[in-house]
Amino acid sequence: MRFLFKTSYEQDIRLVEHSGQSFWYGLLGLAAISAPLWAGDYALSQLSFMLVYAIAGLGLMVLSGYTGLASIGHAAFLGVGAYTEAVLAARGWPFPVSMAFAALLSAAVGVVVGLPALRVKGIYLSIATLSFGFIVEEVLARWESVTKGNAGLSVVKPQFFGLDLGSSTAFYFIALGTCAVVTLGVMNLLRSSTGRAFIAIRDSEISAQSMGIHLAGYKTLSFALSAAIVGLAGALYAHKLSFISPDQFGIAQSIDLLLLVVVGGLGSVHGAFFGAVFLIAMPQGIAVAKDWLPPAIGQATGLQAVVYGLVLMGFVLFEPMGLYGRWLKVRTWLQLFPFYRKGMFKRQKSYTKSERLK
Amino acid sequence: MEFVQLLVSGTSLGCIYALIALGFVLIYKATETVNFAQGELMMLGAFGALVLIQWGGWSYWAAAPAAVAGMLALGIALERLVIRPILGQPQFTVVMLTIGVGYTARGLISMLPEIGTETSTIAVPYKGQVLTIAGAVISVEQVAVIGMTGLLCALLFLMFRYSKVGIAMQAASQNQLAAYYMGIPVRRLNGLVWGLSAAVAATAGLLLAPITFVHANMGFIGLKAFPAAVVGGFGSLPGAVVGGLVIGLVEAFAGFYLPEGFKDIAAYVVVLVMLVVKPNGLFGGAMRKKV
Repeated sequence: MRFLFKTSYEQDIRLVEHSGQSFWYGLLGLAAISAPLWAGDYALSQLSFMLVYAIAGLGLMVLSGYTGLASIGHAAFLGVGAYTEAVLAARGWPFPVSMAFAALLSAAVGVVVGLPALRVKGIYLSIATLSFGFIVEEVLARWESVTKGNAGLSVVKPQFFGLDLGSSTAFYFIALGTCAVVTLGVMNLLRSSTGRAFIAIRDSEISAQSMGIHLAGYKTLSFALSAAIVGLAGALYAHKLSFISPDQFGIAQSIDLLLLVVVGGLGSVHGAFFGAVFLIAMPQGIAVAKDWLPPAIGQATGLQAVVYGLVLMGFVLFEPMGLYGRWLKVRTWLQLFPFYRKGMFKRQKSYTKSERLK
Repeated sequence: MEFVQLLVSGTSLGCIYALIALGFVLIYKATETVNFAQGELMMLGAFGALVLIQWGGWSYWAAAPAAVAGMLALGIALERLVIRPILGQPQFTVVMLTIGVGYTARGLISMLPEIGTETSTIAVPYKGQVLTIAGAVISVEQVAVIGMTGLLCALLFLMFRYSKVGIAMQAASQNQLAAYYMGIPVRRLNGLVWGLSAAVAATAGLLLAPITFVHANMGFIGLKAFPAAVVGGFGSLPGAVVGGLVIGLVEAFAGFYLPEGFKDIAAYVVVLVMLVVKPNGLFGGAMRKKV
């Protein structure tokens, strides 16, 4: 195994820790860029969806995984981004400008939602975001002059000064590029003082406050950044689907996003990608498994919901760090081969630790 | 006339919200966890009674208490198997876990052959009867909801006020550590609170069944109970009832006097306003947090 001797703080926050990592990420990047060569049309489309979900997952990860604020209405930002993009693209705005605008508008909405976050925390915040999600869905359904209501809105193909970017390969590269930029952006954010402030807030609000972190400011910032990234994902999502309607941005989508970050691994950039792969692969897996199961189970309508629920419960109970945590364990086992101890990743439990003091 | 009718229908719907909100305020007070599957517990209760009546051939008056008792047991089992292992972890974990429980319950119910995907009714003995009070036509089902909610609240009040279990529950919810030291079996009480909350939810389901029908997605009404709990103050039992009534009435009147579309979001607008104006709710006290 490899030993890393860190002799300065700069080494501690380097993006790439050692040459082995740059090799593997380089290989991954190469595979991603060459995907149109080896992947079929369907696989390419699924890969694009995966990238879009990964971006959305990164957005939610900033808020839930790093700042510790759980949002149960994040599909609303996806919806705001998607509708902004759809409306602007129809007016002929060039693609990069409208995308940026979609992200900005989502961020602005995020600030508005984040403002109550100055006063409420924990479960109250979750309920506030849940309420907000419902309100946005209803607004999208009722504001018919702009959104065409429940009938849905078809999205024109992305354009860049007359250049048509509608082909699946072109869209794949747009998604890949955006995803790369967002990933690097989030990773750099997390090693800056802002990102470390977020993590401090997640770990202990009171400790963070006593270290001089302005809670309300950073929470609002986290909301805005998260909303902007998810809005960006929404803009891409609109183009990918090419037809959007309000019910695509409801509570089910919000819970899908939560499933993504939890299954992937809360509090890790890798987790967003693992979660996106999982979210795309699971329906396929269920479809394949249906043929193997007895028809009474395989053809039942509730099968997917049951699998979702059981997977979610299983991860929360047995692998709270998600797929990324599982991968870390496997890697550590390989690295330490004969010396791996069972309790190495065991988290401290504090049974019935009360947050109340009366 | 319209006013009285709206008042009664709003109150009866509000009572359903109140019962669901009561369920998770009970849980929140005892274990500081929030149960996002409360609506699904309600759905399970209604389906339990439906299965007993349709397949078992039971009468309504036998099936209803059986369903409530069954949900009591299920609630205790749920706490023991699913919730207890993760107590003490961040609230978000429990939220995700209970969302998973809700998904699984909804999926399992819709996998039931014949009745899972159908919309069914539970035929109550008083179905379709109406009362005419001051010219307003009021259905007996709605009156039954209001009456049963009142009765249940009175029972809960008596339990918390006079029974040993109830007083122990109050003690545990105020300070778990101190309760431990006084010899109160906090873990067993937590299980009992989950059971109680599931039983209350099942009662709500049975009361709602004649009004809206029984189907796998009826649990979504549980999402309206969060506003009720927030409006009342999350840790307050009387608050949950008042909050539920407020949400029910606001919804009924918004549906009648405001343009279409406001009915569905009125509850959420109220909760956002409440969070900005008075985050602790009408009855909630401020809670300090330890480092």
